[in-house]
Amino acid sequence: MSRWITIDGNEAAARVAYKVSEVIAIYPITPSSNMGESCDEWSAKKMQNLWGQVPTVQEMQSEGGAAGAVHGALQAGSLCTTFTASQGLLLMIPNMFKIAGELTPTVFHISARTVATHALSIFGDHSDVMATRTTGWGMVFGGSPQEVQDMALIAHAATLKARIPFLNCFDGFRTSHEVQKIEAIEDDQIRAMIDEDLVRAHRERALSPDHPVLRGSAQNPDVFFQARETVNPYYDRAADLVQETMDRFAEVVGRRYGLFDYVGDPKAERVVVLMGSGAEAAEEAVEALVAKGEKVGLVKVRLYRPFDVARFVASLPDTVKAIAVLDRTKEPGAIGEPLYQDVVTALSERPHPLRPLVIGGRYGLSSKEFTPAMVKAVLDELTRTEPKNHFTVGIVDDVGHTSLGYDPEFQTEDPQGFSGVFWGLGADGTVGANKNSIKIIGEGTDFYAQGYFVYDSKKSGSVTVSHLRFGPNPIRSTYLVQKASFVAVHQFGLMFRYPVLDQAAPGGTVLINSPYGPNVVWNHLPRHVQEAIVERDLKLYVIDGYAVAQATGMGVRINTIMQTAYFALSGILPKEEAIDKIRTAIEKTYGRRGPKVVAQNFAAVDQALAHLFEVHVPGVVNSHVGLRDPVPGTAPAFVKDVIGEMIAGRGDLLPVSALPVDGTFPTATTQYEKRGISLEIPVWEPDICSQCGKCILACPHGVIRAKIVPKEAVANAPEGFKMAPAKFRGAEDAMYVLKISVEDCTGCALCTDVCPEFDKSETSRRAANMVPFHELPDIERERWEYFLTLPDEPSLPEPPIYDNAKALQLLRPLFEFSGACAGCGETPYLKILSQLYGDHLMVANATGCSSIYGGNLPTTPWAQDSEGRGPAWSNSLFEDNAEFGLGMRLALDAQRSQALRLLEKSSGVVGSDVAEPLLAPEKDDPIARKERRTKVEELKKRLAGRQEPDLVALAQVADALVDKSVWIIGGDGWAYDIGYGGLDHVLASGRRVRCLVLDTEVYSNTGGQMSKATPRGAVAKFAAGGKPGPKKDLGRMAMTYGNVYVAEIAMGADDNQTIKAIREAEAHDGPSLIIAYSHCIAHAIDMRQGFLQQKRAVETGYWPLYRYNPARAVKGRNPMQLDSKAPSAPLTEYIEREGRYQMLRQTDPESAARLTVEAQQDVDRKWAAYAKLAAKEV
Amino acid sequence: MNLNTRYLGLELKNPLVPAASPLSTNIDGLCRLEDAGAAAVTLFSVFEEQIEHEIEQMAHYLDYGSDSYGEATSYFPEPTDYHRGPEDYLELIRIAKQRLSIPVIASLNGSSKGGWAKYAKEIAAAGADALELNVNWIETDPTSTGAEVEARYTDVVQLVANAVAIPVTVKVGPYFSALANLARRFSQVGAKGLVLFNRFYQPDFDLESRTVSPNLTLSNPAEMRLPLHWIAILYGRVDLNLALSTGVHSAADVIKAMMAGARVATCASALLANGPGHLLTMLREIEAWMVVHEYESIQQMQGSMSYQKVPNPSAYERANYMKELQSFRPDPVLLR
Repeated sequence: MSRWITIDGNEAAARVAYKVSEVIAIYPITPSSNMGESCDEWSAKKMQNLWGQVPTVQEMQSEGGAAGAVHGALQAGSLCTTFTASQGLLLMIPNMFKIAGELTPTVFHISARTVATHALSIFGDHSDVMATRTTGWGMVFGGSPQEVQDMALIAHAATLKARIPFLNCFDGFRTSHEVQKIEAIEDDQIRAMIDEDLVRAHRERALSPDHPVLRGSAQNPDVFFQARETVNPYYDRAADLVQETMDRFAEVVGRRYGLFDYVGDPKAERVVVLMGSGAEAAEEAVEALVAKGEKVGLVKVRLYRPFDVARFVASLPDTVKAIAVLDRTKEPGAIGEPLYQDVVTALSERPHPLRPLVIGGRYGLSSKEFTPAMVKAVLDELTRTEPKNHFTVGIVDDVGHTSLGYDPEFQTEDPQGFSGVFWGLGADGTVGANKNSIKIIGEGTDFYAQGYFVYDSKKSGSVTVSHLRFGPNPIRSTYLVQKASFVAVHQFGLMFRYPVLDQAAPGGTVLINSPYGPNVVWNHLPRHVQEAIVERDLKLYVIDGYAVAQATGMGVRINTIMQTAYFALSGILPKEEAIDKIRTAIEKTYGRRGPKVVAQNFAAVDQALAHLFEVHVPGVVNSHVGLRDPVPGTAPAFVKDVIGEMIAGRGDLLPVSALPVDGTFPTATTQYEKRGISLEIPVWEPDICSQCGKCILACPHGVIRAKIVPKEAVANAPEGFKMAPAKFRGAEDAMYVLKISVEDCTGCALCTDVCPEFDKSETSRRAANMVPFHELPDIERERWEYFLTLPDEPSLPEPPIYDNAKALQLLRPLFEFSGACAGCGETPYLKILSQLYGDHLMVANATGCSSIYGGNLPTTPWAQDSEGRGPAWSNSLFEDNAEFGLGMRLALDAQRSQALRLLEKSSGVVGSDVAEPLLAPEKDDPIARKERRTKVEELKKRLAGRQEPDLVALAQVADALVDKSVWIIGGDGWAYDIGYGGLDHVLASGRRVRCLVLDTEVYSNTGGQMSKATPRGAVAKFAAGGKPGPKKDLGRMAMTYGNVYVAEIAMGADDNQTIKAIREAEAHDGPSLIIAYSHCIAHAIDMRQGFLQQKRAVETGYWPLYRYNPARAVKGRNPMQLDSKAPSAPLTEYIEREGRYQMLRQTDPESAARLTVEAQQDVDRKWAAYAKLAAKEV
Repeated sequence: MNLNTRYLGLELKNPLVPAASPLSTNIDGLCRLEDAGAAAVTLFSVFEEQIEHEIEQMAHYLDYGSDSYGEATSYFPEPTDYHRGPEDYLELIRIAKQRLSIPVIASLNGSSKGGWAKYAKEIAAAGADALELNVNWIETDPTSTGAEVEARYTDVVQLVANAVAIPVTVKVGPYFSALANLARRFSQVGAKGLVLFNRFYQPDFDLESRTVSPNLTLSNPAEMRLPLHWIAILYGRVDLNLALSTGVHSAADVIKAMMAGARVATCASALLANGPGHLLTMLREIEAWMVVHEYESIQQMQGSMSYQKVPNPSAYERANYMKELQSFRPDPVLLR
């Protein structure tokens, strides 16, 4: 009997891969990371593979490393696998050529993802797998979690037969992250599919000193070519072997697949050809059209490589007159996309009797929605006498006019099914509850189930939209819910930002988590919601989820409450049965977390039912409140027309012409995206404040700012605008104003924690205190606007030296309002950089958290000063960031030397009053820089219109006469692991590049996987048992060069040391490296105490603060300066407050105890070594 | 020479029972204590509140930030083998029972009614020879009366004593207006012993951060006077085996405890300062003292200087207090 499980595509692939592998080499990359994580967790649990062995799971330093390790393990005779996507797959290509060239069986599981071009995208298309076409790997495609699981087994079985390695491809996110109820493949079925003789044959081919051979020789023109042709017979029979394997699979498992599966009218005249998840939506469309009598069909490509021409042509109906081939990738400059070209070639090599017309088109790039309506549009196009070739579908292309129009009203969702859309926040547990609901229905009833989750591009205050479908028939709708019988709005405020009821089907049900009761809620609803409810005759229910959560000890987690209300209202299950199942699920999900957590959830279930009310809909639309404008009306046109549309969730509707051709976007755009996400906001108390600036320095989101202004400048300040006499030397007559942008605050409360000042009579009150947002007057927004109008230049007798927190607070940050996690430990460092060097800063940013909160559309926090100057930012890749930054430096240096050379040569022509000061050495000082810029402007004026080649050339590079600061920024995953080789090389280059490592000690952006920066004893993904080895001492390694400036900083422990180190790094005439302690949600700490934790890290000696300055050595002094004191507390004082360590105490206390002792030894050793270095006489 | 004593129905080879301390948190420490001559061991106290808090905290951190962002739907591996709740503690009891030949006394500090009974049962099932209830509430509500607070103590003792078959002893602080009566009521609801006293760890103020900070210091011998005094008062007047806790640093202290009426003396600070070997030192010194003073057994001296047995019981009452005050002379050095 079948066993049904509800899992996502990643898990579906991983569970088969795990069972048939002995060595698994992994490296995190979205959206495939979860496959490696699952394997690591199973391995930690000692789950066995088919042969009773626990597979070895090894994290590598990059995908290139993972492929290399797999290659080696295969050569040594093991069964191996790995998981990756996108850039990761590209890094595997060199080894893929080798593995295929050596006819080695293996399967890589690929959650296919867009390859970065004009922009990075984490979402799904086939550009990555298509980039591997020349490697000689087989490729199978699955379109749903069920198919992913089945293809995984077919691929693993077929590779052993064919001796050709395979990629098991499926669509990133759409399939990798879609949760579906599927029929599980059991161990005995896997066993029946894997031929032990072939496994033995693989082992016998392995390298062994017992029967030594050489493999991987270097060959010359005499034989390479012939040798390369030896593999042909293997490729010739591979497709047959895959079909044979599929037939065997049908016998063993019961599901039948072909290399090309045809569905539709057997006499179809129009056929679409495609692969992946899009084929599921296409099947829905074709079925609906055939039911209406249309002669249409669909060929689903299962085996793309090797491409079986005969079987493909045979899969087409004899009647086909026109074929549309859909590719989920783009190959600019090619005749057409790959599948199209293959189909054309196939029909050319083996002509179909009717010689059908073939057109090709693109769809679904970067997970663009692909719906049955679009499939219909493509099939309709085939009815035209001259259908458009090389078309696109799903977008509006008003530039190349490639796009096909489609009718969104053509919908094919199963009328017998239930579908729901749930709007929530990441923090409220909506997605988790929905995943739970899918399990409840999927595994507890005969219904099929599907869930897909749309996440925000922000990490704080992120919005989630869950799309759920249940029903008696298999679900092939690989697109978002279009007509929902149930819409839940888990956050009242979302109704004012998004058209939350757009998908609500007539007669459907709406559930709102509302602070307003059933009798009054109507008058609080925005107009578009009222209209939808009245016009579509929707039933409306409310529940005060937060009140119930508070009352039942659930805090802000409303997940169980809203889930209960959903089951009570949706009618999918009888209410009593549903509640029973929720309870069972609660015990299963939370049982391991203790009886109290279970009891709280049970109470939440009971109370949810008691507080769920139907609203009598008055039938009168009386609201005058509409959707909030995404950006203010005063925003620049591009921000309003393009970025604003993305913010509003209407980016899909933007035409091609709206977007830049080369991925260039304006900076300083977060200022327009007022999200208002925080429930609590700090309020400043001028009377208590000492104006030290620590809160401003600490604020990760740049929402607290201060200025010193002349009294007269604030004479007309709005009423209630807080200020105090400035406590700065020489500015006694000026006013100090500190302002908080309440709509940009995330409520992290770090500012209140770092505030050193107390109310003398009430020590719990500080100069900054959190108060509920709703208690603040609306005028706060206007006060912020007023604050912005005040002069940035501090009203001080002399410009301050910005080498301390007190002075630095007066510099305007050019990094503001990022969407990083509330309380992020990385962003304060970037803010300092932007304050000190923002107007001449170029940033090379490694992929990771900082590239996401820094550069994920719609907006960027990198900002501009009043003159329009600011950081110029770019992200190349994850692995090459140091090299990328060095390239910038090399270019700038070349331009500068060219400019100086030409200026010197032409000084007589341009005038010595301009040339001389510009030829003089440049001072790193804001005022000097300003003067220099004026001179450059004057120079450019004098050069304007000159035709002499030297002067023309000088004009082009004149801006280089003002030095630019290049900072190379990234996380520890980049610096310690994937980018280490490049970083090392760049540090060895001697060039003036500054590298800032935001060290969170894990791969934070992909979900907390271990890196070589992870400390001993900490639990991380891929280190479920606590990291057994010590953290790599990157700083010490860099010091060995002797000419590299190195510093370790932790601003929570010593902000002035942080500022000093950054300034010294910038001033250093050579490469510099700063390693910045960055607390992170992946440390499982109370984020409000992030800076306090930094302090503890330093006090316990875990994170010594130091500066290694080669410039000192030149003067005969010891370059090494220890800036923190000898450890004054045991390491436990620090690690006891971090969940990443505590987790191990709860899961494996013995290891935790041992690792704690060893970690303390690490600290002692490191401190002793550093103390010795610092004490050394030079 | 007979150092035997009987405590909570357990026959002990001497009156030295190390109290809960870092030494009693693992089996190695417990073995060292036994080797050094301990007659029984009291394990560290398992705090229900702490267990619940840790579970809640872990649940919070496992959920925090999850399912919020597409690239990171979680931040930690889901733990599979959770040592949640008192399992580690119960495991320590089981191992201690296997490895030690001396009795093992478990210690429990609860916060909820259900928690007390549940954990007590689990501890008994794990094989503990006796259970010490470490009851330490600081009532801060001005509307709560002393009677209400005392009732809460006796309720817990009754609940636990009824729930388990092993002997139950109660460890409380000294701050009750009618301690003798409370002790009597503990006995009436099923307690077999009373440990005097729980130290009330007064937190300190950190003037720099202006926060209240925990401040744990080791006991000093002068702190022994309070429990000594009370044991002498209670001995023979309540049906409870008395244990003297706090301030026991030397053989003399142990002998004093016995003479006041204690069945055992527990110590922690002295062992932390001097190592477990200090137990052996104290035992040798007790024996030496007994030889010199011609005592044959510990039981012989138990209670010999109690309220009931001293020639002038008023020494334990107010008159004694007056005398103490009058005899106090400030240290001239301090005055300068």
